[in-house]
This record gives sequence, structure tokens and C-alpha cells, in this order.
Amino acid sequence: MPEPASNPPSGPAAGESAIPESRAELSAAEPGAARDATTAAAPAAAPEFPTPPTRAAGGVGTPHLPGGVGSSPARPDAEAKVNGTFDYASDLAFPGMLWGHTLRSPHPRARLRAVDTAAALAMPGVAAVLTAADVPGKLHYGLIEADQPVLALDQVDYQGEPVAIVAAETLDLARRAAEAISVDYEVLEPACDPEEAVANGSYFRYQPVRLGDPDAQVPAAVVAREYVVGMQDQAPLGPESGAAVPTGDGGVELYVATQWVHSDLEQIAPCLGLEPDRIHMAIAGIGGAFGAREDLSVQVHMAMLALATGRPVKMMYDRAESFFGHVHRHPARMRYEHAADADGRLLYVKARIVLDGGAYASTTEAVVGNAASLAVGPYEVEHVSVDAWGARTNNPPCGAMRGFGGVQTCFAYESQMDALAEALGLDPLEFRRRNAVAQGSKLITGQIVDAYDPSRADGGRPFSPLADMLGRFKEIPVPAVPAGRDIIELPGGTGNTTHGEGVRRGVGYGVGLKNICYSEGFDDYSTASVRLELVDGQTVAFVHTAAAEVGQGHWSLQAQIVRTELGADRVELLPNDTKAGSAGSSSASRQSYMTGGAVKAACEAVRELLRGRDLADGPVEATRVFRHRATKPMDPVTGQGESHVQLALAVHRATVDVDVELGLVKVVDLTCVQDVGKIMNPVALEGQIHGGSAQGLGLAVMEEMITEQGRVKNASFTDYLIPTILDMPPMRLRIVENADPEAPYGLRGAGEPPTLSSTPAIVAAIRDATGLPLTQIPVRPEHLTAHFGRQP
Amino acid sequence: MRVQLRVDGEAAVAEIDRPGESLLATLRDRLGRYGTKNACEQGECGSCTVLLDGDPVCACLVATAQCEGRDVKTVVGAVPRPVRDAFIACGAVQCGFCTPGLLVSVADLLARDDDPSDVQIREALAGNLCRCTGYEKIIDAVHAAAEAMADGTARPPQRQWITTPVVPSAAAEATEATP
Repeated sequence: MPEPASNPPSGPAAGESAIPESRAELSAAEPGAARDATTAAAPAAAPEFPTPPTRAAGGVGTPHLPGGVGSSPARPDAEAKVNGTFDYASDLAFPGMLWGHTLRSPHPRARLRAVDTAAALAMPGVAAVLTAADVPGKLHYGLIEADQPVLALDQVDYQGEPVAIVAAETLDLARRAAEAISVDYEVLEPACDPEEAVANGSYFRYQPVRLGDPDAQVPAAVVAREYVVGMQDQAPLGPESGAAVPTGDGGVELYVATQWVHSDLEQIAPCLGLEPDRIHMAIAGIGGAFGAREDLSVQVHMAMLALATGRPVKMMYDRAESFFGHVHRHPARMRYEHAADADGRLLYVKARIVLDGGAYASTTEAVVGNAASLAVGPYEVEHVSVDAWGARTNNPPCGAMRGFGGVQTCFAYESQMDALAEALGLDPLEFRRRNAVAQGSKLITGQIVDAYDPSRADGGRPFSPLADMLGRFKEIPVPAVPAGRDIIELPGGTGNTTHGEGVRRGVGYGVGLKNICYSEGFDDYSTASVRLELVDGQTVAFVHTAAAEVGQGHWSLQAQIVRTELGADRVELLPNDTKAGSAGSSSASRQSYMTGGAVKAACEAVRELLRGRDLADGPVEATRVFRHRATKPMDPVTGQGESHVQLALAVHRATVDVDVELGLVKVVDLTCVQDVGKIMNPVALEGQIHGGSAQGLGLAVMEEMITEQGRVKNASFTDYLIPTILDMPPMRLRIVENADPEAPYGLRGAGEPPTLSSTPAIVAAIRDATGLPLTQIPVRPEHLTAHFGRQP
Repeated sequence: MRVQLRVDGEAAVAEIDRPGESLLATLRDRLGRYGTKNACEQGECGSCTVLLDGDPVCACLVATAQCEGRDVKTVVGAVPRPVRDAFIACGAVQCGFCTPGLLVSVADLLARDDDPSDVQIREALAGNLCRCTGYEKIIDAVHAAAEAMADGTARPPQRQWITTPVVPSAAAEATEATP
């Protein structure tokens, strides 16, 4: 990584002019204020010292500074990343370092009769073999509820549960030593059916939502269907990894790829039997996360090994172990019933949602809350009956993945909206428009949609951001079928399976509604320190937070905010570690809002302190804790409550070609309209929408961890497929800025919403091409060809 | 077993004790060249793509024992500056874990074809998985790199005004606690 001194200080505006015109199209939305802020493109001269911006809520008054908010400076980590010199957690090396490895259960459920480590310990070069008996402190950990054993005690409850850990001179030796550990298992029958688990009362959370009286309604059209969503994996390319270094006085330093270092510390310290101040944790380079790094993986294990051996210990999972070493997206089974009146207005929605949480709690509780509260999406409906469960089974534990409980129900409610529109003879967009929430609408939890400019009206009616977004597709034509095509562009691609004979085109839409930040009364905050000082005649801002840069571009964003607020010549980001206050997790699309908000608040405080002072007299420093508005828990019986902070919308239109004879699908275009409140960094934002859309495409047509009786059948990139560059279509973006008056700069979290909406859009397009109902994702070739050969 | 090879233009010697040791493991764990990334060790993700005597290979699928006297180029030695600049400028780098392998594949593509079409780019990069970007900005970057290399006008280097955190590693901060 670049050393501070080697970076020549510069005038601003380094980034922008060099950026080639993107193929994605950015267009600011109507609202005058926000538009002014982003289209004032001519970079103003670098201010001597900026006049304090107004509160800048709603994007109003945000000055457009070169390198500041609204621009796309070069990512500070990019140079090291393109040179191969960025230190990921898996690249760490310390003198005298040992390698750690985990022995995992091959059985989804078994009793541990005995664990014999003698043969492994006797191998030359093996420094330690530890089991549950060696855990120094608390035996369990967990993000919300500490129910997961550090190492299996007398039982294992999922395939891949850690049983013992080894430290040895090389990774190869550590693996062989783990094989030499003899475990006597009494294999038990696993409980793998989430519906049965719910029936037996085995679940982490049940959350109903009750509104009005669905059974008293007289509908003109009713659609009832069952939907199945497979288990998706985050599959970040960087494996779980880190290093633990004993401090020599009984403490330990941990360098680890994690999304939330303070939550890690809270869970690790009790297990190690150490006071938290004896553990120093810093975030090491992260190779993607998407939720997979919210729960602990290597942390306690490598710390135990380091403390036991007195030597640095590195752990790094291989791909197969990675599939067992983190939680997944909850698979779901959902039964939905939607009804509408003759005017095409939703009358009622009933939903029964069963998410499979697997063996341990992880974040299932919060995922169920999202699934229930967002169960009907961004539509007005007055009569609702939702029941959502997070089942406990012996399947792999499930927890956080991009979209977090919003993805599964989005596939179901959007499929329902299409089916009901068809039953009513309405255009799917028109049906959605008629039912779209608007400013002042109530969600099914009673939460009022209040995040838009109250004075904006839409022909006398309250402003509906969704209706506005749906209308924008009129300006973007569906791509025409080209006269001549490279065979690679047809379904089947390089497989050379068709010249287009059985290929049919389809178009479909999907709308996603995602809550941003933590909901349901969680005390959600972030902390930032900013110190401004003169270094060699330049103003340098030192920024200290614990926020994880997982690839989303948060480091850039912090620097941009400092540039906007303080106009510093240079911004130096200090290590993201536990010496800073908690920043919360890089999840829930919340870091721009939360740590962005904290950095902004700290900058504002620095500016206040500077009034009437000269920076030459010494540095000025401020630390601020930022909180969003308070939320409330959902009522356990009715689900009512203002449980969410902020709501964000994305709409996708997918165009697909389907070879209806072979069941092969090629997505040929994805067009996304997303409301981001305020474009903070255009290039990074487009990257988030592209990447989120890609993960939604994966869930629509290829990604599924397949389990049989609790055993994972495809823990490899050979068998678990994620989209390649050949699977991805060109994407067109229309970015809308409906500012949120409550949020810093008016921004809305942007990372997750496109992951919700791209999946149902693609499946709707496949339905359009094939005429099949398609209620299960991922859609597989056999789903598209199964009707062949069936007796009529 | 002693294997002599050239890595990024420098002579290197690897003492390997397992005949099946992969070039990837040798590069990273024996030679300390961490620029080449390990993400699957099955030849599926392309993160460890290097040029072996000029041809792109997955280093995880090549035995070091086969590399005696051969020339290996990693992201450090295989990638022209305009390709790297284009990746930075176009936003083709997010988490960056796939980036070294992708850059080597792009360098190989542009060496064969100085103005590839979208279809050709997609085919050439189909062996490199990226989980962050959805590939759009990578395609932008390949076009931008091709243009920059064609007209010979190197993009002026970005002046960096943001400094990133540094996590200690062996090179930076040896731990005094190590016995």
C-alpha cells in the first residue's frame, strides 16, 4: 500500500476528468434542488476554506467540490489492487507464523462420543491440537444470540461444524494433522424439513403481521401460489482468513477480513476469557463480503491457537471450506394469496413464509423481521395476514446476505403482482402503478412512508416515487432482436447449441423495496474521528473509523465527505480497528448513511472548533457518534410498528432469450431504475447496481447450494455457479434522486435494492418467453422442459 | 526438489518438498509473491491467472515441477500500465480480489487483439469470475485500455490525495512478541 509520504499532495479534481464516459447513463431526477447539486458539473475552483454548507439534507446546498461528494475520485485502494500489492487477509505473513486448520464434522447431526488428538499431536511440526475442552472462556458465540459452540461440545448439528483446530508449521501439515484426529461419531437422523421444524415448534422467530380483515373481502380476482427459493451463497472471492499474533503478555492482536470488527470483539473476548482491552483487532484487506463476513469464522480459532502456542497463527479457508465456514441466504418456501377488486386495487394479501435458518441462530431473527415487514413490497393494501418463521433445522446455518430477508419475499410478491395483473387483464406496470405506495402511505406495519419531500405532489395526489420510476421505462425501449447475432449471444453461448430456431424472447419487470440500516429498535450508530492539521503547509485530514471497506468504495466516500466539508488538501485514512469506536457493520446498505453521517458530523464539529482559530496554532480534532432516527420493534402479535429507518426502491426490466426446447436462458438486457436519494459517487454507485443486479441474476437462473438430508452437494465453484462475464448482459441505469430529508446529503442506501428486483424481473421475462408459471428459483433447464412429453 | 524459473523477469529458485505443489502455492507461500490470488484452487475462478511462457494459465492447475526453466509473468510483470490505469479509471476494481487475474487475462487478450469487440472480450474473460462488478465496468476498462494503447497516449497518472490504512504484515511491522 502506498505510504503517506510517497503520495504527492495535489490539487483537487484529480479523479474526475480522467474517467471515461460510462456506458451506463446517469440522469438526475426532477426535484430541482437535487438536480442543481449534481448537474453543477463545472468544477468550482478549490475553495480556500469552504463556507460551511447548510445542513445539506435532501441534497440541498451540497457544494459540488472536485473530489468531493458527487464526484468519482480514483479509489485510494485501487492502485495497490491493480499492482497486486494490496494486502488481503489471506496475504498476511508474520515471522515464525504457524498455519491453523479446522476439522469439521462430516455429518449433519451426530453425537460426539470421543475425540482422540494424540496421533495428530505426535506429528512433527504440529504445535497444537485443540478441542472444546481447550476453549478458555465461554463455549458459545453468536451475532444476536450466543448459541453456536466455538468447537463442538458433545454434539454436532450441521455438516461442517468445527470439531477441532490444529496449528502446524505449514498449511499442508495442518490439514494432514486434522485428518489424523480420530472422532467417534454416533450418527443421528438430521431434521432437515423446515416446515416440519415449524410444526414441531423448532424455530428461531415467528413474526405475524395482521392488518384489517382479509377474510371479509369480496375480491374480483384471486391468485394463490407457492414459491420456493433455493439457498444462495455470497461467494466472495476472498476466502475467510486472518492472522492472530500474541502480544506476549497474554493478549492477542487479530487481523481479519470482517464486516464488523466491534461485534467480532464482543463475541471473541468472552470465548477467550480475556477482557476486551487485551485484544486489539484491525480489519485486514477484504476480498468481498456480501454478508458472509458478519458472523465469526476464523477469529476465535486462530486466537486460541496463537495463545496456546505463543506464536502468530494464520488461518485461510479454501473454497470448499469457505462454503461450510459462513452462513448463507435463507432458502424459503412461501404460500401467497393476493386478491384485487375490479378496479385493479389490491384488496388483501395473505402470506405464509418459512425461512430455513439451519442449525444456529446467526441473524435469522432479523431476517424474519424483514421478510414479514416487507412481505407485500411497496404496495398499498389494507387487509393483510402474514406469518413468517425462521426454522431451526440441521441444514447449514443461514444468516446475512445482500438483501437480508427482502430477496425471498420480493420474488414471491412480484410474481404474484404479475399473476394478478394477468388475471385482471391489466398491464403489469399499470397494475403496480395503481397500487404503488406514495408519500403518506402506510406500509403493512403501519409505518408511514415519510421519506420524500412532503410538498411534492403528483397531479394533486401525494408523490409516489414508485409510480414515477415505473413511468421512466417508457423512455427506454426494450432492445430489438438483432438481425444477425454472434452465436455466443444466444442461449447456450459457447456451447454452440442453437442457431436460434427454438429461441423466444421475453420481457419482465421486478420492483424491490429494501429497508436501509438496522431496524426494529436496534441501537444503530457509527463513530468517526477527524483531525485536521497543517503538514508542510497543507491541510491534512486524518480520519479514523472502524468501518469495513469490503469493496463498495467506502474509503473513497469518507474522503469525499471530508473534502466537501473541510476542503482538505489531503485525506489520510487511519486503520479501521477497535481503537476507534464502533462503526457497525458494512451491511444493510448502511455505511454511507451511518459512517458517512458520522464523518460528516465530525467534520462539522471540526469546522466549529476552527471558528476564530488558525490551524497553524495546532491541529483540531473531533469525534462524533452518529445515530439515525429511532425505530420500534414489531408488535409480536400484529407486526405493527415503525420498524424501519429508511426505505429504498429499485425497479428492473429484464429482457431474455430462452431456448424453449433446451431450457437454456440468456439474459440479454437488464435496465434498472433506482432511487438513491443523492448520487454520492457516480462510478461506485453504478458498480453497486451492476454487482447487485448480477447477484440477483445468479439467484434467478443458476445459484443454489444443494443439500440432501443436510449434506451440501456442491461446495465448489465447479458445482456452485456464479455469473460469468458471458452470463451478464449489458446494463442500462437510470438513477433517480428523491432526497431523504432525514439522511446525510439526502442519500439512500444503494447496495441491496437492485439485488431484490433483478431476480423477479428475470423470472418474469422467462415466464413471458415460455408461458410457464415458474414458481421456483433458481429456474433450471428442467423447469423449462419438464412439460415436454407430459400427457395432456 | 529444486526448481529454477523466472518470475516477472527475475530468476527465482523454489525448493519444493511435494511433487504436486502448484505454481500458485510456490509463488505465494515459498516466494512471497502474493500478487497472484488464491480463490478456488480448482481452475474455476481465474484469480490466479499468470502467463506461463506467454500463455495464460491458472497457476493453481500447474505443477511447479513442470516450470523448470520457464518464464512466469504475474500481475506485476504481465500487465501494461494503460490496462491498470483503465481499470482504476473505469471503476473496474471493487474488492479487487479478482483484479490481478483479470488484468493478466486482459493483457493477454490485448496482445492478441488490439481492438476487441464486446463479444470477444466476454469470451476472453469468461474464465475470470468477479463477484462485485457485474462485469460492466470491466468491459468499459478493456475498451479504454485498448484505446489508450492504440493512440499511445498514456493517461496522466492520477495524483493521489487519499491515503489508505495499512495493516501490519511481515514486510511492514515485524512483531516483537514473536519468540
